Amino acid sequence: MELLQIADHSFTSRLFTGTGKFSSSQLMEEALLASGSELVTVALKRVDLGNKEDEILNHLNHKQFKLLPNTSGVRTAKEAIFAAQLAREALETNWLKLEIHPDPKYLMPDPIETLKAAEELVKMGFVVMPYIGADPVVCRRLEDIGVAVVMPLGSPIGSNSGLQTKAMLEIIIDQSNVPVVVDAGIGMPSHAAEAMEMGADAVLVNTAIAVSNDPVNMGIAFEKSVEAGRMAFEAKSGSVSKSAVASSPMTEFLNN
Amino acid sequence: MFDKVLETQEWGDVKKSIYAKTALDVENALAATKRNLEDFKALISPAAVPYLDQMVELSSTLTKRRFGNTMQMYIPLYLSNECNNICTYCGFSMNNPIQRKTLSDEEILKEVAIIKAMKFDHVLIVTGESSGKVGVDYIKNAIEIVKPHFASISIEVQPLEEDEYKELINTGLNSVYVYQETYRTETYKVHHPKGRKSNFNYRVQTPDRLGAAKVHRMGLGVLLGLEDWRVDSFFCAAHLSYLERKYWQTKYSISFPRLRPCSGVDGLKSNLSDKELAQLICAYRIFNEEVELSLSTREEESFRNNCMNLGITSISAGSKTSPGGYANGKEELEQFEISDDRAPDDFVKELKLRGYEPVWKDWDSMLA
Repeated sequence: MELLQIADHSFTSRLFTGTGKFSSSQLMEEALLASGSELVTVALKRVDLGNKEDEILNHLNHKQFKLLPNTSGVRTAKEAIFAAQLAREALETNWLKLEIHPDPKYLMPDPIETLKAAEELVKMGFVVMPYIGADPVVCRRLEDIGVAVVMPLGSPIGSNSGLQTKAMLEIIIDQSNVPVVVDAGIGMPSHAAEAMEMGADAVLVNTAIAVSNDPVNMGIAFEKSVEAGRMAFEAKSGSVSKSAVASSPMTEFLNN
Repeated sequence: MFDKVLETQEWGDVKKSIYAKTALDVENALAATKRNLEDFKALISPAAVPYLDQMVELSSTLTKRRFGNTMQMYIPLYLSNECNNICTYCGFSMNNPIQRKTLSDEEILKEVAIIKAMKFDHVLIVTGESSGKVGVDYIKNAIEIVKPHFASISIEVQPLEEDEYKELINTGLNSVYVYQETYRTETYKVHHPKGRKSNFNYRVQTPDRLGAAKVHRMGLGVLLGLEDWRVDSFFCAAHLSYLERKYWQTKYSISFPRLRPCSGVDGLKSNLSDKELAQLICAYRIFNEEVELSLSTREEESFRNNCMNLGITSISAGSKTSPGGYANGKEELEQFEISDDRAPDDFVKELKLRGYEPVWKDWDSMLA
């Protein structure tokens, strides 16, 4: 399978993961290692940047993982930019998952503040990965600004209800010149496979793994489904031609 | 503001409609995908009592999906028991002849050191209401003193003006808890005969002022035991719905304080059983999947050990309810008696045994 290239980094695994909601840091570590995930996002609000012995960061200290700090909790572009700078300094990475959701109930991303923050952060040299609604135009605008990927949501975060935004995701995938990572709402391995078959470049999964009864096996299940979905996507694009359509009785008169 | 909404609903009518709910109403509420205030009425009604097991199952599932296998940890920090109010149920009441104490900067820092050693990173500052001795300036100063030591600072103090809230938020305040005690004006007057707190409308408008000040999180609740808990809880849930719609950038929290014995007042007891409290907590979760539900050490060990299955997502442990209580606990200064006096370590061990991760830090002052 093709490697996934984001900025200067290539990934074997197209399963990105989150670190919240696990019943222990130990179990989080085991599940994420087992999932093969190579990009792991961690909320800045959950870690103590000043503490070298922070429990969550300690459990993520593996070569397999590239850390992706996220700005969950901020309500404005200004707050996001401030948090991003502190994260860059403390965690020594210029990668950033930009999350601005001023609505704490449904955690819907604010497209206006996200666009503003992304513009500044790209100028400041960050590899910006914005979490955003499945809005094709906003995704294009973000792409124009220079973000590294777009991360449209499949359905409300934590809802486990799958690709409710499928029609919009199809347009986003069709148009995008940067990798598309489907983020939020993926509740089952079959949802992840569906996103990958559609041509998403990666998926980000957290709740579905963390809250399952067996996060290690669920992590493995997601690894396999993401692989299968990607493999199917690549296989299809090589063998099925879009123009191969059965002849129509409506064109028969043209052949007479 | 919410007082205008409140005027449109008669206490007696609401009570009648809650007690008229049937098994079918409860089943429909349980089966719905989105629930409204009528569903909430059904879930807290006597008709829902036989459905408690189902309610716990559903509540537990919904809570796990949203909050995961985690429990947020916080601890109260009582700074003063000075109070100019008379409240019939409170140990700090002005007419209660107890020794009064307001902590100095140094004494606050002593408490902070002990709390920090217990691992807490979210602190709730509590005072009585005395604008002379513990006014906004005192609270602001306290926030400035504790800020370097905590990731999140909350307050439970007298209601303030919008501008005052804004000032405190700019200083580093994250959350404000202000309980209505009861939504029935007549009962409110009986229990709050004197002091600024006797003004029902000023208190009930406080969450509006907080919303306008864009506070990050606000906590609501009623003092369970003052009135019919079902009717009061309905009004509190209605208040929550009103606020969520109007002040959408604020996160909400519901607390479940039951009346507890305190020095100077005889015969204080809540009229709400453990089973009913469990029903109420589940009803809130099933009604609102996103709201934080919080429990204090007013409740007993066995109830607290199992509360995560009911829907509780935030809890205190090792609390002292007197100013200076951590450094030199003097029980006679307490606001109310603690039921669960386990050390935080012991509580956390229990939490982990049950497959839950304590979350000590879920905010950062750099985010705001």
